[in-house]
Amino acid sequence: MADARVIPLHPEDDGGGRAESGSSSRWAGDARAAASGAPGSARERPAGSGEAGSEEDGAGEGGAGNEGGGEGLDWHETLADLTAFARRRLLGQYRVDEFGFDRELTERFFLPLLRTVYDNWFRVEAVGLHNVPHDSGALVVANHSGTLPWDALMTTVALHDYHPTGRQLRMLGADVVFGTPLVGALARKTGQTLACNPDAERLLRGGEVVGVWPEGFKGIGKPFRDRYKLQRFGRGGFVSAAMRSGVPIVPCSIVGAEEIYPKIGDIRPLARLLGLPYFPVTPFFPHLGPLGTVPLPSKWYIEFGEPIDTAEHGPEAAEDPMVVFNLSDQVRETIQETIYRLLAQRRTVFFG
Amino acid sequence: MVPNVVLVTGVSRFVGAHLAGRLAENPAVGRVLGVDSERPRRELSRRMGRAEFVRADIRNPLIARIISEAAVDTVVHASSNTDEMPVARAAMKEMNVLGTMRLLAACQESPHVRKLVVKSTSAVYGASSRDPAVFDEEMAPKDLPSSGYAKDAVEVEGYVRGFGRRRPDVAVTLLRFTDLIGPRIDSVLTRYFSLPLVPTVFGHDARLQLLHPEDALAVLRRAALEELPGVFNVGADGVLMLGQAIRRAGRVPVPIPGTMVSPLAGFFRGTNLASLSAEQMRFLNFGRVVDTAKLRDRFGFAPRWTTQQAFDDFVHGRELRPVIDPEMVEGAEREINRTITRLR
Repeated sequence: MADARVIPLHPEDDGGGRAESGSSSRWAGDARAAASGAPGSARERPAGSGEAGSEEDGAGEGGAGNEGGGEGLDWHETLADLTAFARRRLLGQYRVDEFGFDRELTERFFLPLLRTVYDNWFRVEAVGLHNVPHDSGALVVANHSGTLPWDALMTTVALHDYHPTGRQLRMLGADVVFGTPLVGALARKTGQTLACNPDAERLLRGGEVVGVWPEGFKGIGKPFRDRYKLQRFGRGGFVSAAMRSGVPIVPCSIVGAEEIYPKIGDIRPLARLLGLPYFPVTPFFPHLGPLGTVPLPSKWYIEFGEPIDTAEHGPEAAEDPMVVFNLSDQVRETIQETIYRLLAQRRTVFFG
Repeated sequence: MVPNVVLVTGVSRFVGAHLAGRLAENPAVGRVLGVDSERPRRELSRRMGRAEFVRADIRNPLIARIISEAAVDTVVHASSNTDEMPVARAAMKEMNVLGTMRLLAACQESPHVRKLVVKSTSAVYGASSRDPAVFDEEMAPKDLPSSGYAKDAVEVEGYVRGFGRRRPDVAVTLLRFTDLIGPRIDSVLTRYFSLPLVPTVFGHDARLQLLHPEDALAVLRRAALEELPGVFNVGADGVLMLGQAIRRAGRVPVPIPGTMVSPLAGFFRGTNLASLSAEQMRFLNFGRVVDTAKLRDRFGFAPRWTTQQAFDDFVHGRELRPVIDPEMVEGAEREINRTITRLR
């Protein structure tokens, strides 16, 4: 059971580690094949080069979808491209999928914004991206923290820009997200959908990479003193969704997000009044107003662990609560152990 | 099993009249009886061909006599759950729920009836932020629709299920249609998109799944002629966002804060401008998409129009004069590109 393999943090060792690993997962083969090719390994950013990655780099390297932002194009073409984009938006000449995911808007508008934060503010280092399959479904399960879901957004950028085949992460969100004006519409447009089994299974069967944060509000809204302590993983609905769809679970450990808004208090009456799950008090919020909403620039690490196969149990095992809870615990422990290891390697919060 | 005598309800409306006409075109069908409480308009009655019009209210016991005396073997209930006409709420409920009960009672009594086709709506799934993105036939809504024609539809479906239990020898086909849109159909939705300034709910963008009336008629025709019992979602492929649809129609969206929607809708109700019920406004918040895999695999039907094509057909067929002219926008784009090339 305990497949919690130690994935080397540095890309130089990364290739070697992978070649040796006799993984039982079915895409280990093609993951290795792609890693040997230049694009796969080249995207894995060398450790410590955080500040070097400018926005243009990110845009140029990002998957096939964003031809517009590369350095190779001159400004004439960029401008013509922009006017065409504006025209398509103005006349409704674009496509969304049945979940309301607007790929063009996400890749042309939202991702470039997030990329800036990813590269320059949090200086994220993502490793183990080869553990996410190239073209089939997978469930990425990650720890949740940071008061606002910046961790989810940064994981999206990591998978889109630095995965060998540029996967779009389809996140599952709480219902309060979709009931909130602006936020709900934005969530759907960027490919998120309600965290429920029918939606998760539909996406997974369609070969999408689905992201889930099973700790939910308990994780993202936990006090600063509980940082990096994984909260409970609920009823394990995500495990049964993966089992029924026959896709692997990729444990994902995020370090750095806990420090962006150190939540030292919670104004419960205000939260109840606003219909929010919590109303955070940080050293800078709410008394510094909008300035307090600027996240602290901690240095981030996102590590995708070895995929955990769920197909071996068969789809009918999804009804077996023992199997489901065991797998859920295994995923949770893998993430927790990886977090402790990453924390041990981290020297300072802001410089890594 | 090609039916000998078909009875179609709601022939004073677009779907009923056209369906009666299509069925009458089939020489294998003996008689087609079209029933409604009012006479179909001239252009609709022309569509009905050799189908016979019987002026009868389905709430009247007369309907039972028609069904038994004409030896009707197939009943297509196409009049229920229509949101085509802005009528008073009480009258609509009367027609939908009580009419269906009467009709089913008459069907249950007649030994000739072998098949029942009911036109329902995907509105039975409701619309909320807590629902899955895509509904299949097995799913029940999180919040049962509490008002409007969606509530009627839920009740109607309940009576239809009851009928199926009492008459297991009758093949019951229940079709849940998404909103119809096309150049010739008149509905709340077509009037909504014809407004020059289209009110939307601020901060929300609904996913719309539509259906071209031609596809709807083809599905109903097939259900009437063949024996395909079961519950089926009927909707076109693909999704349009509400804001996107408004722009494709060349209209201007006007977002209204959520709290202002109900009072405004109440103010405009009954005027011919826009009569949207609370139910419909909720739909415009979140929208609704249904899974049509069962329609393809079991019913054996693939819609010919996608949602986008059906909507564009509506826009072009109605010759809606765009408020934002696409040619103007494209002209501006060409102008910018020309300037760029000159600068090079």
